[in-house]
Amino acid sequence: MIPLEVENLSFAYDGRAVLRGVSFQLMPGEVLGLIGPNGAGKSTLLRLAAGFLRPGAGTVRLFGRPPTEWPPRELARHVAMVPQGAYIPPTFTVWESVMLGRTPYLGFLGVPRESDREAARRALKWVGMADLSERLMGELSGGERQRVLLARALAQEPQCLLLDEPTTHLDIHHQVAVLSLIRRMAMECGIAVLVVLHDLNLAATFADRLALLVDGTLVALGDPREVLQGERLAAVYGPSVVVFPRPDNGGRPAILPRVS
Amino acid sequence: MHSSRSHNSSSAGGGHLEGDRHLNLFRRRRWLFLALAFGLLLGTATLGMAWGAVSIPPRAVLQIIGQRTLLTGLLASPPLPDWPPAWETILLEIRIPRVVLAGLVGITLAVAGAVYQALFRNPLAEPYLIGVSSGASFGATLAIVFIWRLGWGGWNGVSLAAFVGALLATAAIYSLARVGRRTPITTLILAGVAVNALLSATTVFLMFSMQDAFRAMHVLGWLMGSLALADWEKVRTILPYVLAGLAVISWHAHTLNVLQLDEEQAQSLGVAVERTKGVLILAVSLATAAAVSVSGTVGFIGLIVPHIVRLLWGPDHRFLLPMSGVVGAISLILADSIARTAFAPRELPLGVVTAVAGAPFFLYLLRRQKREVF
Repeated sequence: MIPLEVENLSFAYDGRAVLRGVSFQLMPGEVLGLIGPNGAGKSTLLRLAAGFLRPGAGTVRLFGRPPTEWPPRELARHVAMVPQGAYIPPTFTVWESVMLGRTPYLGFLGVPRESDREAARRALKWVGMADLSERLMGELSGGERQRVLLARALAQEPQCLLLDEPTTHLDIHHQVAVLSLIRRMAMECGIAVLVVLHDLNLAATFADRLALLVDGTLVALGDPREVLQGERLAAVYGPSVVVFPRPDNGGRPAILPRVS
Repeated sequence: MHSSRSHNSSSAGGGHLEGDRHLNLFRRRRWLFLALAFGLLLGTATLGMAWGAVSIPPRAVLQIIGQRTLLTGLLASPPLPDWPPAWETILLEIRIPRVVLAGLVGITLAVAGAVYQALFRNPLAEPYLIGVSSGASFGATLAIVFIWRLGWGGWNGVSLAAFVGALLATAAIYSLARVGRRTPITTLILAGVAVNALLSATTVFLMFSMQDAFRAMHVLGWLMGSLALADWEKVRTILPYVLAGLAVISWHAHTLNVLQLDEEQAQSLGVAVERTKGVLILAVSLATAAAVSVSGTVGFIGLIVPHIVRLLWGPDHRFLLPMSGVVGAISLILADSIARTAFAPRELPLGVVTAVAGAPFFLYLLRRQKREVF
């Protein structure tokens, strides 16, 4: 079963086209990076995939079924979503926040079973926060908060993960830490990951494939080396960047500002 | 699972001690506190039954209750009572129903406050925000103006009118706030403020145009809250609505935790947000309307009790709801006992006691707390 299929998807806000005829598939164990300039429709595409918005035309299918046809609890056991800058109240502890991920599994009166606690413990260990489970969310750094959100998504035990800019406001160390973690989730657990990334270098380094969205149209889809070519980037972002192949990373591209 | 070492350098080692310091005793031993609070509730209820114009020793209160509930059936010849028979009548006909009613109203208002604060993600939310109080006041005032003597299903006219008024006002606000298929919180709060203002103004105008000072006083008493007319009939009447409402709310305790997040996160965690909000608002409005219909509008309990519980024991609604209920019951039983004894034989309005006693205590807690509270 294909985790996410998007077919000829179009969407408009108040008559203004945001997405035009987008098609792609997301495979198990794959990290697909969604890139593009501001306002290209990346977040909209992610929200359509999660079922928060309904397609204007075309279809979205999660494991074969449109998101709106899934019972909400059932869908939450298959697909986890972390919106950009997702809010958790500062008075929640790390443990309470991660246990929220068990919501689609909890039974009568929301009393957690041992299997729920075990899943939350495992998720916390994965992101390296096991020792901080009694901390309050309000006391965490941005990187720690982002890792808690990832742990919450992991606690849902999803097979598909939708992430909107999980590295914004993080320093380079935490950006790398969070994205390495996401890669490991995909590789070791076979989770399909669709991740919106703003930073082209991070996208080139950590994604298996890239989808370049420009003005609501998917202009390129494939290996980072093919998608991030100098001429294409010049067409999209203007002549302000240069692209170098990185010898330390199988020739994956590095994007640098042009010296004028 | 074994290769996670590379990313947890910042948190490896010694974290347990550090983490423990961050959660205080209240939060780690919270279920013990709930048991203690429940014991305190039973104690407060006993004292509430003992205090009054005729003072009855707490021991006699317990003996009379015990005899009435358990021992009469078990013993062939019950022990000879060593108290005046009038005590039994006072207790069974007046004090116990009043304390029970105060407890029910207190539970309902406090739990309702917790639910509204969670649903609206707004610390100022309280049971009266979306029309229950102003609708009930308006209905009650209409009934007092036109002297409704009709009773229906155990309701006397004023209570029935208050109950219906509360539900109608809530329904009106909810439907006015609808935008397409959704009911955004901000429009709901704004519609609530507007309808409340309109209904309150109309209520005051009705009061203003009353020729009869006695009836105007009746309305005023109702607006400030009072349990002076408590009896078993009122307990029986509101019990089904209160129990049904609380059952539905308890069922959704964890969902209320999830609703603390924004709606997209709640949805992605498997919560059908709009449907759940609708169900909860219906349940909480029914229970609150029933409570308010017998007590008048008792302010402050619904606003501050959930805040006090959240300050001390954290935001988990599986604990916050039962603890708020128990603390709400204790507060209202205590407040009502003060209201009827402090200036006996005159009764203080209940709302005056809850505000005068509650506000300073709440401000004290708020000042002591260093971090954000909501």
